[in-house]
Amino acid sequence: MITVLLFAHLQDEIGQRELKLAIKEVTVKDLKQTLTESYHLSQMETTMVAVNEEYALDHDVIRAGDVVALIPPVSGG
Amino acid sequence: MKEKLFEITSEPIKVDQLIKKVESRNAGAMTTFIGTVREWTKGKRTLYLEYQAYIPMAEKMLKTIGDEIQRKWPDTKIAITHRIGRLDISDIAVCIAVSSPHRKAAYEANEYAIERIKQIVPIWKKEHWENGETWIGDQLENVAYLTGKPKMEGDNE
Repeated sequence: MITVLLFAHLQDEIGQRELKLAIKEVTVKDLKQTLTESYHLSQMETTMVAVNEEYALDHDVIRAGDVVALIPPVSGG
Repeated sequence: MKEKLFEITSEPIKVDQLIKKVESRNAGAMTTFIGTVREWTKGKRTLYLEYQAYIPMAEKMLKTIGDEIQRKWPDTKIAITHRIGRLDISDIAVCIAVSSPHRKAAYEANEYAIERIKQIVPIWKKEHWENGETWIGDQLENVAYLTGKPKMEGDNE
């Protein structure tokens, strides 16, 4: 199981704060693509991914138990 | 209770508490940056803002910024608090306090901190206008990051 946390417009689009996905292993790139297609998420090309609170790259591997966060461009300050 | 130097809070920010956190007998200068909620942006009137954060990671990234500053300006002390939730016009959204033996480093480190917050800290702002609402992204007009993540110190160009 992989937990995916959603923020900002992505949270509004899905209507949930998090998703639980029955996936054992997936790359960041593939997960982004799957989520984009299944949930019709917008602006995913500028959305970053964090795995266990660290920014991750497209080829990084996510494994069961990991907490993934989809991070749209930030706007703090 | 140990005070947090890098904090996300849903309570109003108390600037004097941040100054206290960076007090030092070696300090000859202190700078504070106070980011507040602006009413008018490019002719559009904001009614209020709503900030959201990925709290544990945001606090971690604030700490990362603190570590970067320690390396660049070794004798400084820094504390950062960012508020989340609903903020009204003129409310304080973020406060950065830096102390340093000399003023130049205190100014420079403080500016560096706010620029980095806008790059790497997972906090989002939703603008509520008179006629609608929008999540704001990309304030720095960073189009897609080439590597898929923001530039971290130590990354190769």
